[in-house]
Amino acid sequence: MSAIRKAFLLAALLAPLEAAAQGLVTALSTDRVPILSNFTGERIAVFGVIQADAGARPKDGWDVVVSVRGPRGAVTVRRKDQVGPMWLNLDARNYIAIPSFISILSNRPLELIAQAEVREDLRIGIDPLIPPQTAVRSAANDPQFRAGLQRIRSQQGLFFQSPVHVRFISPGVFQAQIDLPGIAPLGNYDVEVAVFSGGALVAKNQLGFTVIKTAAEQWVAEAAHKNSLLYGIATAMLAVLVGWLASLIFRRD
Amino acid sequence: MEIYLPIAEMPINMFLILGMGMTVGFISGMFGIGGGFLLTPLLIFVGIPAAVAVATQGPQIAASSVTGSIAYWRRKGIDFKLALVLLAGGLVGTGLGVLFFNQMRKIGQLETVIAIAYVALLGIVGLLVSLESVKALLASRKGGKGMRRQAGRHHWYEGLPLKMRFHRSGLYVSVIPLIILSALIGFAGAVLGIGGGFILVPALIYIFRVPPQIVVGTSLFQILFTMIAATIFHAASNQSVDLFLALLLMVGGVFGAQFGARAGANLRGEYFRLLLGALILIVAARFAADLVTPPREMFSVTPTETVR
Repeated sequence: MSAIRKAFLLAALLAPLEAAAQGLVTALSTDRVPILSNFTGERIAVFGVIQADAGARPKDGWDVVVSVRGPRGAVTVRRKDQVGPMWLNLDARNYIAIPSFISILSNRPLELIAQAEVREDLRIGIDPLIPPQTAVRSAANDPQFRAGLQRIRSQQGLFFQSPVHVRFISPGVFQAQIDLPGIAPLGNYDVEVAVFSGGALVAKNQLGFTVIKTAAEQWVAEAAHKNSLLYGIATAMLAVLVGWLASLIFRRD
Repeated sequence: MEIYLPIAEMPINMFLILGMGMTVGFISGMFGIGGGFLLTPLLIFVGIPAAVAVATQGPQIAASSVTGSIAYWRRKGIDFKLALVLLAGGLVGTGLGVLFFNQMRKIGQLETVIAIAYVALLGIVGLLVSLESVKALLASRKGGKGMRRQAGRHHWYEGLPLKMRFHRSGLYVSVIPLIILSALIGFAGAVLGIGGGFILVPALIYIFRVPPQIVVGTSLFQILFTMIAATIFHAASNQSVDLFLALLLMVGGVFGAQFGARAGANLRGEYFRLLLGALILIVAARFAADLVTPPREMFSVTPTETVR
Protein backbone atom coordinates (compact mmCIF):
# COMPACT_ATOMS: atom_id res chain seq x y z
CA MET A 1 0.00 0.00 0.00
CA SER A 2 2.89 2.33 0.65
CA ALA A 3 3.61 2.61 -3.06
CA ILE A 4 0.05 3.67 -3.69
CA ARG A 5 0.18 6.24 -0.89
CA LYS A 6 3.44 7.57 -2.22
CA ALA A 7 1.95 7.94 -5.65
CA PHE A 8 -1.06 9.76 -4.29
CA LEU A 9 1.19 12.12 -2.44
CA LEU A 10 3.21 12.60 -5.59
CA ALA A 11 0.07 13.21 -7.57
CA ALA A 12 -1.08 15.82 -5.10
CA LEU A 13 2.29 17.56 -5.09
CA LEU A 14 2.83 17.56 -8.81
CA ALA A 15 -0.76 18.25 -9.67
CA PRO A 16 -0.55 21.96 -10.36
CA LEU A 17 2.63 21.49 -12.38
CA GLU A 18 1.87 18.87 -14.94
CA ALA A 19 -1.21 16.78 -14.78
CA ALA A 20 -4.05 18.96 -13.58
CA ALA A 21 -6.59 19.72 -16.24
CA GLN A 22 -10.11 20.78 -15.39
CA GLY A 23 -9.84 19.41 -11.92
CA LEU A 24 -8.39 16.03 -12.84
CA VAL A 25 -5.19 14.93 -11.11
CA THR A 26 -3.46 11.79 -12.32
CA ALA A 27 -0.20 9.95 -11.73
CA LEU A 28 1.54 6.76 -12.80
CA SER A 29 3.36 4.45 -10.39
CA THR A 30 6.40 4.74 -12.66
CA ASP A 31 7.45 6.51 -15.81
CA ARG A 32 10.28 4.17 -16.67
CA VAL A 33 10.00 0.40 -17.12
CA PRO A 34 13.46 -1.17 -17.35
CA ILE A 35 13.80 -4.52 -19.08
CA LEU A 36 16.18 -6.58 -16.98
CA SER A 37 17.33 -10.06 -17.95
CA ASN A 38 14.46 -11.57 -15.96
CA PHE A 39 11.77 -9.31 -17.45
CA THR A 40 8.50 -11.13 -17.97
CA GLY A 41 6.14 -8.20 -17.89
CA GLU A 42 5.25 -5.36 -15.57
CA ARG A 43 2.23 -3.94 -13.83
CA ILE A 44 1.86 -0.17 -13.81
CA ALA A 45 -0.69 1.57 -11.65
CA VAL A 46 -2.58 4.70 -12.66
CA PHE A 47 -4.03 6.88 -9.91
CA GLY A 48 -6.48 9.69 -10.34
CA VAL A 49 -8.44 12.22 -8.32
CA ILE A 50 -11.38 14.08 -9.80
CA GLN A 51 -11.64 17.36 -7.95
CA ALA A 52 -15.13 18.33 -6.94
CA ASP A 53 -14.86 21.87 -8.28
CA ALA A 54 -14.69 20.46 -11.78
CA GLY A 55 -18.44 20.69 -11.58
CA ALA A 56 -21.01 19.32 -9.26
CA ARG A 57 -20.67 15.62 -8.73
CA PRO A 58 -23.07 13.90 -11.14
CA LYS A 59 -25.78 11.70 -9.69
CA ASP A 60 -24.77 8.58 -11.54
CA GLY A 61 -21.08 9.23 -10.83
CA TRP A 62 -18.14 9.66 -13.17
CA ASP A 63 -16.85 7.21 -15.73
CA VAL A 64 -13.14 6.83 -16.40
CA VAL A 65 -11.43 5.43 -19.48
CA VAL A 66 -7.66 4.88 -19.44
CA SER A 67 -6.23 4.42 -22.95
CA VAL A 68 -2.64 3.19 -23.22
CA ARG A 69 -0.92 3.32 -26.57
CA GLY A 70 2.52 1.84 -27.28
CA PRO A 71 5.01 3.05 -29.91
CA ARG A 72 3.49 3.05 -33.36
CA GLY A 73 4.93 1.32 -36.39
CA ALA A 74 4.18 -0.08 -39.81
CA VAL A 75 2.78 -3.59 -39.93
CA THR A 76 2.22 -6.11 -42.69
CA VAL A 77 -0.67 -8.54 -42.23
CA ARG A 78 -0.49 -11.65 -44.41
CA ARG A 79 -3.10 -14.28 -45.14
CA LYS A 80 -2.36 -17.90 -45.94
CA ASP A 81 -4.15 -19.42 -48.90
CA GLN A 82 -4.14 -22.89 -50.30
CA VAL A 83 -1.90 -23.52 -53.30
CA GLY A 84 -2.19 -27.13 -54.38
CA PRO A 85 -1.61 -29.08 -51.16
CA MET A 86 0.22 -26.26 -49.39
CA TRP A 87 -0.81 -23.25 -47.35
CA LEU A 88 1.29 -20.24 -48.27
CA ASN A 89 1.35 -16.54 -47.44
CA LEU A 90 -0.14 -14.96 -50.53
CA ASP A 91 -2.29 -11.96 -49.85
CA ALA A 92 -1.05 -9.08 -47.71
CA ARG A 93 -2.16 -5.67 -46.48
CA ASN A 94 0.01 -2.94 -45.06
CA TYR A 95 -0.86 -0.66 -42.21
CA ILE A 96 1.10 2.32 -40.99
CA ALA A 97 1.17 3.81 -37.52
CA ILE A 98 -0.37 0.82 -35.77
CA PRO A 99 0.19 1.06 -32.00
CA SER A 100 2.29 -1.92 -30.93
CA PHE A 101 0.37 -1.97 -27.66
CA ILE A 102 -3.18 -0.90 -26.87
CA SER A 103 -4.91 -1.20 -23.55
CA ILE A 104 -8.34 0.30 -23.00
CA LEU A 105 -9.34 0.17 -19.36
CA SER A 106 -12.61 1.48 -17.98
CA ASN A 107 -14.88 1.17 -14.97
CA ARG A 108 -17.78 -0.19 -17.03
CA PRO A 109 -18.41 -1.22 -20.65
CA LEU A 110 -17.53 1.56 -23.12
CA GLU A 111 -20.99 1.35 -24.72
CA LEU A 112 -22.50 2.46 -21.43
CA ILE A 113 -20.02 5.28 -20.94
CA ALA A 114 -20.49 7.17 -24.21
CA GLN A 115 -22.20 6.88 -27.59
CA ALA A 116 -20.29 5.30 -30.47
CA GLU A 117 -19.87 8.65 -32.28
CA VAL A 118 -18.43 10.29 -29.19
CA ARG A 119 -15.96 7.43 -28.72
CA GLU A 120 -15.01 7.47 -32.39
CA ASP A 121 -14.47 11.21 -32.18
CA LEU A 122 -12.27 11.00 -29.08
CA ARG A 123 -10.51 7.87 -30.40
CA ILE A 124 -11.49 5.76 -27.45
CA GLY A 125 -11.44 1.99 -27.93
CA ILE A 126 -9.17 -0.39 -29.83
CA ASP A 127 -10.79 0.02 -33.23
CA PRO A 128 -10.56 3.84 -33.46
CA LEU A 129 -6.82 3.60 -32.68
CA ILE A 130 -6.10 1.44 -35.72
CA PRO A 131 -5.79 3.54 -38.87
CA PRO A 132 -7.14 2.08 -42.12
CA GLN A 133 -4.84 0.05 -44.36
CA THR A 134 -2.59 1.93 -46.73
CA ALA A 135 -3.79 2.11 -50.30
CA VAL A 136 -2.00 -0.47 -52.42
CA ARG A 137 -2.67 -1.34 -56.00
CA SER A 138 -4.93 -4.36 -56.42
CA ALA A 139 -5.48 -4.63 -52.67
CA ALA A 140 -9.10 -3.95 -51.94
CA ASN A 141 -10.02 -2.97 -48.43
CA ASP A 142 -10.66 -6.24 -46.64
CA PRO A 143 -11.91 -6.06 -43.03
CA GLN A 144 -10.69 -9.63 -42.47
CA PHE A 145 -7.08 -8.43 -42.33
CA ARG A 146 -7.90 -5.81 -39.76
CA ALA A 147 -9.80 -8.36 -37.70
CA GLY A 148 -6.86 -10.77 -38.03
CA LEU A 149 -4.47 -8.11 -36.79
CA GLN A 150 -6.67 -7.40 -33.77
CA ARG A 151 -7.15 -11.09 -33.00
CA ILE A 152 -3.41 -11.92 -33.11
CA ARG A 153 -2.35 -8.91 -31.06
CA SER A 154 -5.07 -9.69 -28.51
CA GLN A 155 -3.85 -13.28 -28.18
CA GLN A 156 -0.33 -11.99 -27.60
CA GLY A 157 -1.63 -9.77 -24.83
CA LEU A 158 -0.65 -6.66 -26.78
CA PHE A 159 -4.22 -5.47 -27.38
CA PHE A 160 -6.41 -5.54 -24.32
CA GLN A 161 -9.73 -4.11 -23.37
CA SER A 162 -11.36 -4.44 -19.98
CA PRO A 163 -14.44 -2.79 -18.47
CA VAL A 164 -13.37 -3.72 -14.92
CA HIS A 165 -9.75 -2.57 -14.73
CA VAL A 166 -10.59 0.93 -13.49
CA ARG A 167 -11.72 0.83 -9.89
CA PHE A 168 -13.21 3.68 -7.88
CA ILE A 169 -11.75 3.71 -4.38
CA SER A 170 -14.06 6.49 -3.29
CA PRO A 171 -16.45 8.62 -5.40
CA GLY A 172 -13.77 10.94 -6.84
CA VAL A 173 -10.71 8.70 -6.52
CA PHE A 174 -9.89 5.91 -8.94
CA GLN A 175 -7.13 3.47 -9.68
CA ALA A 176 -6.30 1.42 -12.80
CA GLN A 177 -3.77 -1.28 -13.61
CA ILE A 178 -1.86 -1.54 -16.87
CA ASP A 179 -0.48 -5.03 -17.51
CA LEU A 180 2.53 -5.04 -19.83
CA PRO A 181 3.35 -8.48 -21.24
CA GLY A 182 6.93 -9.78 -21.50
CA ILE A 183 6.96 -9.09 -25.23
CA ALA A 184 5.97 -5.46 -24.70
CA PRO A 185 7.78 -3.44 -27.34
CA LEU A 186 10.38 -0.89 -26.32
CA GLY A 187 9.65 2.79 -26.57
CA ASN A 188 7.36 5.54 -25.40
CA TYR A 189 3.86 4.76 -24.24
CA ASP A 190 1.09 7.36 -24.06
CA VAL A 191 -1.48 7.08 -21.33
CA GLU A 192 -4.66 9.09 -21.72
CA VAL A 193 -7.10 9.37 -18.86
CA ALA A 194 -10.56 10.57 -19.83
CA VAL A 195 -13.38 11.33 -17.42
CA PHE A 196 -16.98 11.17 -18.63
CA SER A 197 -20.15 12.31 -17.07
CA GLY A 198 -23.54 11.54 -18.52
CA GLY A 199 -21.98 10.39 -21.78
CA ALA A 200 -19.89 13.53 -22.30
CA LEU A 201 -16.19 14.17 -21.78
CA VAL A 202 -15.55 16.43 -18.79
CA ALA A 203 -11.78 16.11 -18.28
CA LYS A 204 -8.75 14.60 -19.97
CA ASN A 205 -5.11 14.11 -18.92
CA GLN A 206 -2.04 12.87 -20.77
CA LEU A 207 0.63 10.80 -19.07
CA GLY A 208 3.39 8.57 -20.36
CA PHE A 209 6.05 6.04 -19.58
CA THR A 210 8.98 4.50 -21.41
CA VAL A 211 9.96 0.86 -21.73
CA ILE A 212 13.74 0.62 -22.04
CA LYS A 213 16.34 -2.10 -22.08
CA THR A 214 18.93 -1.81 -19.34
CA ALA A 215 22.46 -2.89 -18.71
CA ALA A 216 23.43 -6.04 -20.57
CA GLU A 217 20.32 -6.23 -22.75
CA GLN A 218 20.68 -2.66 -23.86
CA TRP A 219 24.37 -3.08 -24.47
CA VAL A 220 23.90 -6.21 -26.58
CA ALA A 221 21.01 -4.78 -28.59
CA GLU A 222 22.83 -1.52 -29.20
CA ALA A 223 26.03 -3.25 -30.24
CA ALA A 224 24.08 -5.53 -32.58
CA HIS A 225 22.47 -2.59 -34.33
CA LYS A 226 25.11 0.11 -34.23
CA ASN A 227 28.33 -1.86 -34.61
CA SER A 228 26.84 -4.87 -36.31
CA LEU A 229 30.04 -6.02 -38.04
CA LEU A 230 32.06 -5.83 -34.82
CA TYR A 231 29.23 -7.53 -32.94
CA GLY A 232 29.26 -10.38 -35.47
CA ILE A 233 33.01 -10.82 -35.20
CA ALA A 234 32.88 -10.74 -31.39
CA THR A 235 30.04 -13.29 -31.30
CA ALA A 236 31.93 -15.62 -33.63
CA MET A 237 35.09 -15.28 -31.53
CA LEU A 238 33.12 -16.01 -28.37
CA ALA A 239 31.76 -19.15 -30.03
CA VAL A 240 35.29 -20.30 -30.87
CA LEU A 241 36.35 -19.60 -27.28
CA VAL A 242 33.45 -21.63 -25.83
CA GLY A 243 34.21 -24.52 -28.17
CA TRP A 244 37.90 -24.40 -27.27
CA LEU A 245 37.15 -24.28 -23.53
CA ALA A 246 34.84 -27.26 -23.90
CA SER A 247 37.58 -29.27 -25.57
CA LEU A 248 39.95 -28.38 -22.70
CA ILE A 249 37.41 -29.39 -20.05
CA PHE A 250 36.39 -32.63 -21.72
CA ARG A 251 39.77 -33.70 -23.05
CA ARG A 252 40.00 -37.42 -22.67
CA ASP A 253 43.38 -38.35 -24.06
CA MET B 1 13.75 -19.25 -14.86
CA GLU B 2 12.93 -16.74 -17.57
CA ILE B 3 15.58 -14.78 -19.40
CA TYR B 4 14.98 -11.87 -21.73
CA LEU B 5 16.53 -12.27 -25.19
CA PRO B 6 17.76 -8.85 -26.35
CA ILE B 7 17.55 -9.46 -30.11
CA ALA B 8 14.49 -11.72 -30.25
CA GLU B 9 12.96 -9.18 -27.80
CA MET B 10 11.07 -11.77 -25.82
CA PRO B 11 11.43 -13.64 -22.55
CA ILE B 12 12.08 -17.37 -22.72
CA ASN B 13 12.66 -20.13 -20.22
CA MET B 14 16.40 -20.52 -19.76
CA PHE B 15 16.24 -24.22 -18.92
CA LEU B 16 14.10 -24.94 -21.97
CA ILE B 17 16.82 -23.51 -24.24
CA LEU B 18 19.65 -25.15 -22.26
CA GLY B 19 17.78 -28.45 -22.42
CA MET B 20 17.20 -28.15 -26.14
CA GLY B 21 20.87 -27.34 -26.70
CA MET B 22 21.83 -30.35 -24.60
CA THR B 23 19.44 -32.75 -26.35
CA VAL B 24 20.55 -31.67 -29.79
CA GLY B 25 24.18 -31.65 -28.59
CA PHE B 26 23.72 -35.25 -27.42
CA ILE B 27 22.33 -36.30 -30.79
CA SER B 28 25.01 -34.39 -32.68
CA GLY B 29 27.77 -35.88 -30.56
CA MET B 30 26.31 -39.32 -31.16
CA PHE B 31 26.11 -38.99 -34.93
CA GLY B 32 29.00 -36.59 -35.50
CA ILE B 33 26.75 -33.97 -37.08
CA GLY B 34 26.23 -30.30 -36.23
CA GLY B 35 22.57 -30.67 -35.38
CA GLY B 36 21.51 -27.35 -36.85
CA PHE B 37 18.77 -29.08 -38.84
CA LEU B 38 17.22 -30.16 -35.54
CA LEU B 39 17.86 -27.06 -33.48
CA THR B 40 16.54 -24.45 -35.95
CA PRO B 41 13.10 -26.13 -36.20
CA LEU B 42 12.96 -26.61 -32.42
CA LEU B 43 13.68 -22.92 -31.84
CA ILE B 44 11.01 -21.93 -34.36
CA PHE B 45 8.50 -24.28 -32.71
CA VAL B 46 9.01 -22.66 -29.27
CA GLY B 47 8.31 -19.22 -30.71
CA ILE B 48 11.70 -17.70 -31.55
CA PRO B 49 11.31 -15.65 -34.76
CA ALA B 50 12.55 -17.70 -37.74
CA ALA B 51 15.12 -15.07 -38.69
CA VAL B 52 16.68 -15.07 -35.20
CA ALA B 53 16.57 -18.88 -35.00
CA VAL B 54 18.46 -19.28 -38.29
CA ALA B 55 20.98 -16.49 -37.74
CA THR B 56 21.79 -17.63 -34.18
CA GLN B 57 22.67 -21.13 -35.39
CA GLY B 58 25.95 -19.75 -36.76
CA PRO B 59 27.77 -19.25 -33.44
CA GLN B 60 26.20 -22.38 -31.95
CA ILE B 61 27.46 -24.62 -34.79
CA ALA B 62 30.83 -22.82 -34.82
CA ALA B 63 31.31 -23.60 -31.11
CA SER B 64 30.56 -27.29 -31.49
CA SER B 65 32.73 -27.47 -34.63
CA VAL B 66 35.71 -26.05 -32.72
CA THR B 67 35.48 -28.82 -30.13
CA GLY B 68 35.15 -31.47 -32.86
CA SER B 69 37.89 -30.00 -35.04
CA ILE B 70 40.40 -29.96 -32.18
CA ALA B 71 39.70 -33.63 -31.44
CA TYR B 72 40.20 -34.62 -35.09
CA TRP B 73 43.24 -32.37 -35.46
CA ARG B 74 44.97 -34.22 -32.62
CA ARG B 75 44.26 -37.48 -34.46
CA LYS B 76 45.55 -35.90 -37.69
CA GLY B 77 42.10 -36.44 -39.17
CA ILE B 78 41.91 -33.18 -41.15
CA ASP B 79 42.93 -32.62 -44.78
CA PHE B 80 43.66 -28.91 -44.53
CA LYS B 81 44.18 -28.43 -48.26
CA LEU B 82 40.83 -30.05 -49.08
CA ALA B 83 39.17 -28.02 -46.31
CA LEU B 84 40.54 -24.78 -47.76
CA VAL B 85 39.22 -25.58 -51.24
CA LEU B 86 35.82 -26.45 -49.75
CA LEU B 87 35.94 -23.27 -47.69
CA ALA B 88 36.39 -21.12 -50.80
CA GLY B 89 33.12 -22.47 -52.19
CA GLY B 90 31.48 -22.36 -48.76
CA LEU B 91 32.20 -18.66 -48.30
CA VAL B 92 30.73 -17.74 -51.68
CA GLY B 93 27.65 -19.86 -50.99
CA THR B 94 27.21 -18.38 -47.51
CA GLY B 95 27.42 -14.82 -48.85
CA LEU B 96 24.80 -15.52 -51.52
CA GLY B 97 22.68 -17.39 -48.99
CA VAL B 98 22.58 -14.42 -46.61
CA LEU B 99 21.58 -12.11 -49.49
CA PHE B 100 18.79 -14.50 -50.48
CA PHE B 101 17.72 -14.81 -46.81
CA ASN B 102 17.43 -11.02 -46.43
CA GLN B 103 15.46 -10.73 -49.67
CA MET B 104 12.98 -13.47 -48.71
CA ARG B 105 12.55 -11.88 -45.32
CA LYS B 106 11.76 -8.56 -46.96
CA ILE B 107 8.97 -9.99 -49.11
CA GLY B 108 7.57 -12.04 -46.22
CA GLN B 109 8.27 -15.49 -47.61
CA LEU B 110 11.15 -16.52 -45.33
CA GLU B 111 9.08 -18.96 -43.24
CA THR B 112 7.65 -20.62 -46.33
CA VAL B 113 11.05 -20.90 -48.02
CA ILE B 114 12.52 -22.44 -44.86
CA ALA B 115 9.66 -24.94 -44.57
CA ILE B 116 9.74 -26.03 -48.22
CA ALA B 117 13.54 -26.24 -48.26
CA TYR B 118 13.56 -28.32 -45.08
CA VAL B 119 11.00 -30.73 -46.51
CA ALA B 120 12.88 -31.13 -49.79
CA LEU B 121 16.42 -31.26 -48.40
CA LEU B 122 15.76 -33.36 -45.31
CA GLY B 123 13.33 -35.59 -47.19
CA ILE B 124 15.89 -36.48 -49.83
CA VAL B 125 18.87 -36.82 -47.49
CA GLY B 126 16.84 -38.76 -44.91
CA LEU B 127 15.57 -41.15 -47.55
CA LEU B 128 19.03 -41.70 -49.03
CA VAL B 129 20.65 -42.33 -45.65
CA SER B 130 17.84 -44.69 -44.57
CA LEU B 131 17.83 -46.66 -47.83
CA GLU B 132 21.60 -46.98 -47.83
CA SER B 133 21.67 -48.24 -44.26
CA VAL B 134 18.85 -50.73 -44.90
CA LYS B 135 20.75 -52.02 -47.92
CA ALA B 136 23.92 -52.33 -45.86
CA LEU B 137 22.02 -54.12 -43.09
CA LEU B 138 20.50 -56.59 -45.56
CA ALA B 139 23.88 -57.14 -47.21
CA SER B 140 25.58 -57.82 -43.88
CA ARG B 141 22.81 -60.31 -42.97
CA LYS B 142 23.52 -62.17 -46.21
CA GLY B 143 27.19 -62.16 -45.31
CA GLY B 144 28.26 -59.78 -48.08
CA LYS B 145 31.12 -57.36 -47.73
CA GLY B 146 29.06 -54.19 -48.03
CA MET B 147 30.53 -51.18 -49.76
CA ARG B 148 33.84 -51.58 -51.45
CA ARG B 149 36.06 -48.89 -52.71
CA GLN B 150 36.45 -49.22 -56.45
CA ALA B 151 39.93 -47.84 -56.89
CA GLY B 152 40.27 -48.04 -60.63
CA ARG B 153 37.13 -46.26 -61.73
CA HIS B 154 36.83 -42.53 -62.18
CA HIS B 155 33.79 -40.32 -62.62
CA TRP B 156 33.58 -37.69 -65.34
CA TYR B 157 33.47 -34.79 -62.87
CA GLU B 158 36.80 -35.78 -61.36
CA GLY B 159 38.46 -35.17 -64.71
CA LEU B 160 37.31 -31.55 -65.16
CA PRO B 161 40.05 -28.87 -65.45
CA LEU B 162 41.87 -27.40 -62.43
CA LYS B 163 42.88 -30.77 -61.06
CA MET B 164 44.56 -30.72 -57.69
CA ARG B 165 46.29 -33.35 -55.61
CA PHE B 166 45.16 -33.86 -52.00
CA HIS B 167 47.82 -36.02 -50.38
CA ARG B 168 46.14 -36.48 -47.02
CA SER B 169 42.97 -37.84 -48.66
CA GLY B 170 44.76 -39.61 -51.50
CA LEU B 171 42.74 -37.69 -54.08
CA TYR B 172 43.57 -36.23 -57.45
CA VAL B 173 40.44 -34.44 -58.63
CA SER B 174 39.22 -31.24 -60.23
CA VAL B 175 38.39 -28.55 -57.67
CA ILE B 176 35.34 -27.39 -59.67
CA PRO B 177 32.87 -30.01 -58.39
CA LEU B 178 34.25 -29.62 -54.85
CA ILE B 179 33.69 -25.85 -54.91
CA ILE B 180 30.20 -26.19 -56.43
CA LEU B 181 29.24 -28.73 -53.77
CA SER B 182 30.49 -26.62 -50.87
CA ALA B 183 28.93 -23.45 -52.32
CA LEU B 184 25.52 -25.16 -52.48
CA ILE B 185 25.89 -26.36 -48.90
CA GLY B 186 27.06 -22.92 -47.75
CA PHE B 187 24.01 -21.38 -49.40
CA ALA B 188 21.65 -23.85 -47.73
CA GLY B 189 23.45 -23.35 -44.43
CA ALA B 190 22.98 -19.58 -44.42
CA VAL B 191 19.29 -19.81 -45.36
CA LEU B 192 18.32 -22.74 -43.15
CA GLY B 193 20.60 -22.37 -40.13
CA ILE B 194 22.43 -25.64 -40.67
CA GLY B 195 26.11 -26.49 -40.85
CA GLY B 196 25.53 -28.96 -43.62
CA GLY B 197 27.73 -31.73 -42.21
CA PHE B 198 24.97 -34.25 -42.77
CA ILE B 199 25.15 -33.50 -46.50
CA LEU B 200 28.87 -32.81 -46.85
CA VAL B 201 30.04 -35.99 -45.12
CA PRO B 202 28.09 -38.49 -47.25
CA ALA B 203 28.81 -36.42 -50.38
CA LEU B 204 32.56 -36.53 -49.79
CA ILE B 205 32.45 -40.26 -49.06
CA TYR B 206 30.17 -41.39 -51.87
CA ILE B 207 30.89 -38.85 -54.62
CA PHE B 208 34.57 -38.11 -54.05
CA ARG B 209 35.58 -41.23 -52.12
CA VAL B 210 37.43 -39.32 -49.42
CA PRO B 211 38.55 -41.85 -46.77
CA PRO B 212 36.08 -41.99 -43.84
CA GLN B 213 38.75 -41.32 -41.20
CA ILE B 214 39.56 -37.97 -42.87
CA VAL B 215 36.10 -36.89 -43.90
CA VAL B 216 34.45 -35.92 -40.60
CA GLY B 217 37.38 -33.84 -39.36
CA THR B 218 37.77 -32.06 -42.68
CA SER B 219 34.06 -31.33 -42.88
CA LEU B 220 33.99 -30.03 -39.28
CA PHE B 221 36.97 -27.79 -39.94
CA GLN B 222 35.38 -26.36 -43.07
CA ILE B 223 32.00 -25.89 -41.33
CA LEU B 224 33.70 -24.05 -38.48
CA PHE B 225 34.89 -21.33 -40.85
CA THR B 226 31.72 -21.13 -42.95
CA MET B 227 29.71 -20.73 -39.73
CA ILE B 228 32.04 -17.99 -38.48
CA ALA B 229 31.41 -16.26 -41.81
CA ALA B 230 27.65 -16.88 -41.59
CA THR B 231 27.58 -15.37 -38.08
CA ILE B 232 29.39 -12.24 -39.24
CA PHE B 233 27.36 -11.88 -42.48
CA HIS B 234 24.03 -12.34 -40.68
CA ALA B 235 25.00 -10.01 -37.82
CA ALA B 236 26.21 -7.30 -40.19
CA SER B 237 23.31 -7.44 -42.65
CA ASN B 238 20.17 -8.29 -40.67
CA GLN B 239 21.15 -7.92 -36.98
CA SER B 240 19.36 -11.13 -36.06
CA VAL B 241 22.12 -12.94 -34.13
CA ASP B 242 21.03 -13.15 -30.50
CA LEU B 243 24.09 -13.35 -28.25
CA PHE B 244 22.23 -14.60 -25.16
CA LEU B 245 20.35 -17.26 -27.08
CA ALA B 246 23.60 -18.37 -28.74
CA LEU B 247 25.40 -18.61 -25.39
CA LEU B 248 22.67 -20.77 -23.85
CA LEU B 249 22.62 -23.07 -26.89
CA MET B 250 26.43 -23.33 -26.94
CA VAL B 251 26.72 -24.23 -23.27
CA GLY B 252 23.91 -26.80 -23.51
CA GLY B 253 25.30 -28.11 -26.78
CA VAL B 254 28.91 -28.72 -25.75
CA PHE B 255 27.82 -30.63 -22.63
CA GLY B 256 25.28 -32.73 -24.52
CA ALA B 257 27.81 -33.54 -27.22
CA GLN B 258 30.23 -35.11 -24.73
CA PHE B 259 27.65 -37.61 -23.53
CA GLY B 260 26.37 -38.19 -27.05
CA ALA B 261 29.83 -39.10 -28.30
CA ARG B 262 30.11 -41.76 -25.59
CA ALA B 263 26.67 -43.17 -26.39
CA GLY B 264 27.46 -43.20 -30.12
CA ALA B 265 30.58 -45.30 -29.60
CA ASN B 266 28.39 -48.27 -28.60
CA LEU B 267 26.17 -48.22 -31.69
CA ARG B 268 26.75 -50.37 -34.76
CA GLY B 269 27.38 -48.45 -37.97
CA GLU B 270 24.33 -49.52 -39.99
CA TYR B 271 21.83 -49.15 -37.16
CA PHE B 272 23.45 -45.85 -36.40
CA ARG B 273 22.82 -44.54 -39.91
CA LEU B 274 19.30 -45.95 -40.01
CA LEU B 275 18.54 -44.05 -36.80
CA LEU B 276 20.01 -40.87 -38.22
CA GLY B 277 17.98 -41.30 -41.43
CA ALA B 278 14.78 -41.79 -39.44
CA LEU B 279 15.52 -38.70 -37.36
CA ILE B 280 16.03 -36.56 -40.46
CA LEU B 281 12.80 -37.91 -42.00
CA ILE B 282 10.82 -37.07 -38.85
CA VAL B 283 11.91 -33.42 -39.00
CA ALA B 284 11.04 -33.30 -42.72
CA ALA B 285 7.61 -34.83 -42.02
CA ARG B 286 6.95 -32.28 -39.30
CA PHE B 287 7.60 -29.41 -41.71
CA ALA B 288 5.53 -31.08 -44.43
CA ALA B 289 2.62 -31.49 -42.03
CA ASP B 290 2.82 -27.80 -41.13
CA LEU B 291 2.72 -26.86 -44.80
CA VAL B 292 -0.28 -28.97 -45.79
CA THR B 293 -2.57 -28.81 -42.75
CA PRO B 294 -5.00 -25.91 -42.84
CA PRO B 295 -3.59 -23.40 -40.33
CA ARG B 296 -5.67 -22.53 -37.28
CA GLU B 297 -4.77 -18.88 -37.76
CA MET B 298 -4.83 -17.77 -41.41
CA PHE B 299 -3.28 -14.40 -40.67
CA SER B 300 0.14 -13.38 -39.51
CA VAL B 301 1.44 -10.00 -38.41
CA THR B 302 4.94 -8.73 -39.17
CA PRO B 303 6.05 -5.36 -37.86
CA THR B 304 8.09 -3.71 -40.60
CA GLU B 305 9.12 -0.51 -38.91
CA THR B 306 8.69 0.90 -35.42
CA VAL B 307 9.10 4.47 -34.31
CA ARG B 308 10.60 4.53 -30.85
